[in-house]
Amino acid sequence: MATPTADQTNVIEVDVRTDEMLVNMGPQHPSTHGVLRLVLRADGEIVREVTAHIGYLHRCAEKIGENLAPYQYIPYTDRMDYLAAMNMNLGYALAVEKLCQMKIPERAQIIRVIMAELGRIASHLVGMGAYGLDLGTFSPFLYAFREREKILDLFEETCGARLTCSYVTIGGVTHDFPPGWVERCKQFLDYFEPKIEEYHTLLTRNAIFIRRTAGLGVLPPDMAIAYGCTGPVLRGSGVRHDLRKVQPYCGYETYDFEIACPPFDDAPDEAVIGDAWHRFYVRMVEIKESVKILRQALARYEQNPEGSHRSPEWKPTMKLPAGEAYLETECPRGQMGFLVVGMDAPIPWRVRARSSSFCNLSVVSELCKGCLIADVPAIVGSLDIVMGEIDR
Amino acid sequence: MSPQEIAQLLKDQFGDRITGEALDVLDPWIAVAPEALHEVMEFLRNDERLAMDFLHCVSGVDYFEPDPKKAKRAKFEPHMEVLYHLSSMKHGHRIVIKVFLPRWKNDRPGELPEVPSVADIWPTANWHEREVYDLMGIRFVGHPDLRRILCPEDWVGHPLRKDYEFPDEYHGIRAR
Repeated sequence: MATPTADQTNVIEVDVRTDEMLVNMGPQHPSTHGVLRLVLRADGEIVREVTAHIGYLHRCAEKIGENLAPYQYIPYTDRMDYLAAMNMNLGYALAVEKLCQMKIPERAQIIRVIMAELGRIASHLVGMGAYGLDLGTFSPFLYAFREREKILDLFEETCGARLTCSYVTIGGVTHDFPPGWVERCKQFLDYFEPKIEEYHTLLTRNAIFIRRTAGLGVLPPDMAIAYGCTGPVLRGSGVRHDLRKVQPYCGYETYDFEIACPPFDDAPDEAVIGDAWHRFYVRMVEIKESVKILRQALARYEQNPEGSHRSPEWKPTMKLPAGEAYLETECPRGQMGFLVVGMDAPIPWRVRARSSSFCNLSVVSELCKGCLIADVPAIVGSLDIVMGEIDR
Repeated sequence: MSPQEIAQLLKDQFGDRITGEALDVLDPWIAVAPEALHEVMEFLRNDERLAMDFLHCVSGVDYFEPDPKKAKRAKFEPHMEVLYHLSSMKHGHRIVIKVFLPRWKNDRPGELPEVPSVADIWPTANWHEREVYDLMGIRFVGHPDLRRILCPEDWVGHPLRKDYEFPDEYHGIRAR
């Protein structure tokens, strides 16, 4: 082929030397959801390789767990996924209860389900709002926070805290609901349910939003499983797997709800199963399913279920029997697992936290290969990570 | 498949390289000799009857009592364990694979014990093994990129070991 000359207008670049460039993103970057550092090897605008550097928020949570009795460790689990503290508390409490083979009263189980689902809604609302921010739209964030505030108010009434609740604890929950709480929660649900449609008009069916997310960062189901992805990231790839159905805890098997999983009838034509749009939409459908579970759980609570809000078996000086117990729960961001090793002492020998965001983030280098630099925040945002949980 | 059947299948396949089992505990586990780990894991992942395609977690546990008074009463010999929590999406069964390791390779303090990496079987093991290496001090042989992941690169020691001594300072920052 003849060498092109400068007067050939159809050739844009004549003998321009291009080099790959390292672009550093984070750890302080508004769209990395905390202190995540990504090093991009970019060829022009195209990302060739992404290396994630984590650990900026490491607080030795596992080491602390070896020095505290389980009920003292609950506040530390709040600070793992600080957007879904209730679900974190529940995961650790269930793992300890599995080790001690403690029986939980019916009443406490129902309260736990209510709290876990409210936590899921609150967390998905932040996920939705923050994803809008990543893609450059500000208003959905404000709408999401308006509703989330009401959930946090409900949390505050039960335990006095809004974010770091420590409400679900070993043996049950710390307090029963205050008078009138169930009524207020129902009022919230009646107020909240029609709002979901508003989010769809604001974000889900927004033409710009679809252009930015559909077909982007496609995660095939076998890769999602191989990388240990769970939660909406796994379900967004079309794998029908939800621990609340597969391996129920807290009596989830008695509630009527669906697993949010594609294919969706109302997906836009451009969207492919496993892309950023589907991961986002799974969360939106899950909000709806959570409302369904909440209505059933509140109705059960009103029938005054048996037992108290906390198991009488629980004592602060309770010894953990020798043995190991590993238990995963379906948290908003995926399956959070706790391994508790007991040694006939009130303090566990070892606490291990398997973080869902940790595994979900590890797939980012595969997802970002060959995408544009501007799409990196859209892909990372669709994984909905929380750094507190990754670094523990 | 029940844990009993999985254990029997592995024993038939690998004989005395399966070094132990406990099937009536909360999470049934099967112990594998470290040198056979990669082979056993490949079998677990690829055999049609098992199809353990999901690796939940890789965790290290250090069994060591630093207090000499308590050590006499301890119910274990000093050693380390690596736990692999596996399950199958297809069949829905689960099992824990354990590897028992000495605390130090050849009992020479400072030399990290070694275990084959399974990062080529489950990509998720890549980060998990880096974490266990970082916090627990277990070297995964054959890992593509065994760097520290949570602690800074120039950190000294492995914090989750029971005999870990906290540093007095780190780059002029008081640490205790």
